[in-house]
Amino acid sequence: MAILGAINPVLMAGLDGDNSWQLKDYVARGGYEMLKKILAENIPQEQVIAEVKASVLRGRGGAGFPTGLKWSFMPRSFPGDKYVVCNTDEGEPGTFKDRDLIRYNPHAVIEGMAIAAYAMGATRGYNYIHGEVWEMYKRFEAALDEARAAGFIGQNILGSGFSFELFAHHGYGAYICGEETALLESIEGKKGQPRFKPPFPASFGLYGKPTTINNTETFASIPFILKMGGESFLNLGKPNNGGTKLFSVSGHVNRPGNYEIPMGTPFSELLQMCGGMRGGRKLKAVIPGGSSSPVLPGDVMMDCTMDYDSISKAGSMLGSGAVIVMDESTCMVKSLERLSFFYYEESCGQCTPCREGTNWLYKVVHRIENGLGRPDDLDLLSSVTTNIMGRTICALGDAASMPVQSFIKHFRDEFAHHIEHKTCLVPKDVQWAGSGFHKVAS
Amino acid sequence: MLEIEIDGKKAQVPDGSTVMDAAQQMGVYIPHFCYHKKLSIAANCRMCLVQVEKAPKPLPACATPVTNGMKVFTHSDLAVQAQKGVMEFLLINHPLDCPICDQGGECQLQDMSVGYGGMKSRYQEEKRVVFHKDVGPLISMEEMSRCIHCTRCVRFGQEVAGIMELGMANRNMHSEITTFVGRSVDSELSGNMIDLCPVGALTSKPFRYTARSWELQRRRSVSPHDSLGANLIVQVKHDQVMRVLPKENEAVNECWISDKERFAYQALNSDQRLTKPMVKQGGEWREVPWNVALDYVAHGLKDISREFGGDALAALAAPSSTLEELYLLQKLMQGLGCGNVDHRPRQQDFTSDGKRVGTPWLGMRLAELNNLDAALVVGSFLRKDHPLIAQRLRQAVRKGGAALSLIDLSADDQLVPLHARLTVAPSQLAQTLAAVVKAAAQQKGVELPAGLENVQVCEQAKAMAQSLIEGEKKAVFLGNAAQQSAAATQLHALGLQLAQITGATFGFLGEAANSVGAQLAWALPTGANARQMFEQPRQGYVLMGVEPEFDCANPQQALAALAQAKMVVLFSAFKHEPALAYADVLLPMAPFTETSGTFVNTEGRIQSFAGVVRPAGDARPAWKILRVLGNVLDLEGFGYNTSEEVRDQVLGGASEFATGLDNGLNGVTLQLPQAGQGMERIADVPIHFADPMARRAPALQRTRDAAAPAARMAAATLAQLGLQAGDLVRVRQGQGGAELAAALDEGVPAGCVRVAAAHASTAALGEMFGAISVERA
Repeated sequence: MAILGAINPVLMAGLDGDNSWQLKDYVARGGYEMLKKILAENIPQEQVIAEVKASVLRGRGGAGFPTGLKWSFMPRSFPGDKYVVCNTDEGEPGTFKDRDLIRYNPHAVIEGMAIAAYAMGATRGYNYIHGEVWEMYKRFEAALDEARAAGFIGQNILGSGFSFELFAHHGYGAYICGEETALLESIEGKKGQPRFKPPFPASFGLYGKPTTINNTETFASIPFILKMGGESFLNLGKPNNGGTKLFSVSGHVNRPGNYEIPMGTPFSELLQMCGGMRGGRKLKAVIPGGSSSPVLPGDVMMDCTMDYDSISKAGSMLGSGAVIVMDESTCMVKSLERLSFFYYEESCGQCTPCREGTNWLYKVVHRIENGLGRPDDLDLLSSVTTNIMGRTICALGDAASMPVQSFIKHFRDEFAHHIEHKTCLVPKDVQWAGSGFHKVAS
Repeated sequence: MLEIEIDGKKAQVPDGSTVMDAAQQMGVYIPHFCYHKKLSIAANCRMCLVQVEKAPKPLPACATPVTNGMKVFTHSDLAVQAQKGVMEFLLINHPLDCPICDQGGECQLQDMSVGYGGMKSRYQEEKRVVFHKDVGPLISMEEMSRCIHCTRCVRFGQEVAGIMELGMANRNMHSEITTFVGRSVDSELSGNMIDLCPVGALTSKPFRYTARSWELQRRRSVSPHDSLGANLIVQVKHDQVMRVLPKENEAVNECWISDKERFAYQALNSDQRLTKPMVKQGGEWREVPWNVALDYVAHGLKDISREFGGDALAALAAPSSTLEELYLLQKLMQGLGCGNVDHRPRQQDFTSDGKRVGTPWLGMRLAELNNLDAALVVGSFLRKDHPLIAQRLRQAVRKGGAALSLIDLSADDQLVPLHARLTVAPSQLAQTLAAVVKAAAQQKGVELPAGLENVQVCEQAKAMAQSLIEGEKKAVFLGNAAQQSAAATQLHALGLQLAQITGATFGFLGEAANSVGAQLAWALPTGANARQMFEQPRQGYVLMGVEPEFDCANPQQALAALAQAKMVVLFSAFKHEPALAYADVLLPMAPFTETSGTFVNTEGRIQSFAGVVRPAGDARPAWKILRVLGNVLDLEGFGYNTSEEVRDQVLGGASEFATGLDNGLNGVTLQLPQAGQGMERIADVPIHFADPMARRAPALQRTRDAAAPAARMAAATLAQLGLQAGDLVRVRQGQGGAELAAALDEGVPAGCVRVAAAHASTAALGEMFGAISVERA
């Protein structure tokens, strides 16, 4: 099943058939109509971009940058090759929406990219797919073949004179390749390491040419926005937070999975759609936007609505919409240890604060978790995160620091308890009771 | 121009400057590791973070472009906190083994930790350990745990050396600098990575653990190893040369030197040094005092001159001798009535002698090479003959988009994208250059120079001509092999023609450190030239700094002539084993580090230097030996007190650049040589066999560039001879031969076999570019 639950779905609407990913299904759902219309009527590029701006579609990869604005940065008149790149390098812990988009609705991504290329005068596109979802990569390649055979991509699309070649490219699973400039390096065949900005990709991107990089979900939204009109898309959500969005809910809920809901839907409603908390236990904490966004205590989260502004006001980020739910059986020190390990392991090693700092953070948290914490460790951790944040080439340093800062801020007593008593504040039997694994084992 | 204020000081800086550029211009120091003015910006060390007004975060000075009215603070709380934070991170995994680290005392990390580090580390976890790597005989990568991942070495390889031999593998704190699996670092510029490394991760293998940096004195010198005349810092301890580093001179070597220049010093301290005058009496070699040796030499030369005339003598000097040595040598020989003096042992074609308008030179300043739009280099093993000129041309292509074309004898990888290339047999060089001349004449619509009517023009020649016509700044250069070729004068004339038609500058990539200076010092024949003096054997020879079996165009012929001579006097810094057979007197001469002197480099730059250490044993500066010899022989005009007196006499008043430089030719008609018949030899002079010092430097001799010569042939040639790569073959030229392994090298033109010169295994062979036979051994 493509999706577990939805309210007013757009991207995932009508995907219940067995072959929803195939071209004929997509066309039956009204697919490629917008591309055909734009090409047939020769709609001006500015008009397409204006429509995207009107929708207030914000980048679905995590940063939430307004897509229409990003497109307008592209120097359309620049002679020679320009690129559009789709970022399907979905590596953030908790995020699993893009893989389902290209698994169930790949042609929406292709159509979105072709329209984007038209709007920005790009001639070539790449979809960079995470190396650990090989099956989806193959499915996307199959969809590309279909689209190419049907003339939706390639030379002289639908006789309009507009040409756009699109290729899929799979990585090998490095988290850093989801950073847009590292992704470009990786496509170029180099080691995936972020570039220093400026220059930004819009002026010096793939192979040194102007390039726009958007998330998979962003591209997939484009045909629907143009079809329903930017205004209507915006109105699906709330002001400054247009449209619907996919949320990947994981953790201690009864039905973890992808949900498509309008922006501004209360978190409590989303939690209900997920079947509520597993075992009826109490909600302790939520990481609302993927592992790099600051954790929020359960009660704060219950007052939030699922949109950029509300979550940001509560002190976190909507990010990619990966909601990690933790109940009262969770040891926050252990959770942080796992997250810190991830960022330590995935730091590309290029710049000093991130390479050395993520390693230091993990080692200290690991020590605390294993009963070797020292009284000044929490101050040390906070000082190390301060020295990382804002000092690195890309955002990975910040991403590694924010969980540490927020976990200590909201759950300081658990860390203090660990340091003082060499054990968890949450009793071991409560932890085990919350763990499906231990239930089976006993 | 943009206005910027750093720490309250205002300045105007050019558009496009970074904050780091501006700070350097204003004399404000911003700490940094990864930034280097000659390399691309990486911004990875984060040490140069500064506060910029209105920016919420500290910004790296090296990568932040200046905007008009920008205000920068390098000592504000935010900046200092950022710098201290980065310093702490850099040190947490650094072993802090300064007491046993070769970099200690000259380490940027050490210096910076004093300025920005804490007294005590807050890091109490285990430190990272990085496994050591063996990357060859020059660079030590034994303590890679010291690496701070600035990637200067990686960028140097990619951008300056032209080949990425080091890279950063793995992620996170497991990142490590390493070669491709199983490879070594073989670039001829690799030693510069040691200088670039801000910590003790890359250190010099030959220098390792031999001295601490603060024990060393820094003395200036000039490289004798190639015609660029790289400026050197020779570091000395207890009157011994301990290591050699580049001295920055943007106009000459920038901040680089080649590995040969860096590591050849090992020979200076070797037990192969000749430290006492030696005389052969009754077949026995004896060490004798200087007065005995000089009396012996004076008598011997005088006797020959008296008995057979001055023409029975000849003198041959290495073109890497100093101006003073060359001048006094020719003066001494003239005093003996002998005009058979030369400094061009590898040259074969001397028809331009007496027809040159002035002293042949580069034709432009070295610094201008970087700004060329188009260049054609004819007959050069560019990278190995002229590592730093090749580097400048590489930058011209990389940064300026210059069109670099080559007409060469082997398609060695020059590590730079080429516009066009023709790789031909030695006998075809002139024909090929003529084709470019013809193409240029046709494209320009000017009259075809006489003698080129029958030349065939190919596409590559057209492309070369076109690039030379189109570019604004352009040049045609003759390399070493062109100057050594049998058609040298024809190539010279053709080069001038091409330059004239296209508006390019014509020049020579000088063969050796003092090729220009030797001409200025009149070390040129009024009688027999370097070839004739062996073709028609003489009774007495004076050899200065040359090792004929390695340095002569036809070692076979040279050795035969020497063997029959009554007297052979060899000025040498080394006990040259083969010379013990044919020489009668060995005079220990001081190498460049032990004498004062002057080199005039290929751009005509006069560079004088002083000795940096006392001569080893009884060795003496050659100019002093010649002076005394002149006095013993009662010759006029040998009353010099200093080498400066000699220099000033030779150069007149010229101080920075020599005068009389001119590549023009008078009275040479174009007459293209006939195509060669049969198998032709292509002899390169491998970089580490090119001079007596390099030949005796153990570390250089272990590099890949110093591999024993093979008989390298293209597959078609191998097949034609019924050979396979790896077969043992016998190559023959005239009476001599050598047994070598056959090797496959598709870069060698068909019908040619590449057998390097200047190596003991090929010393019995004849002409460098002559006919050769190859058969299975």
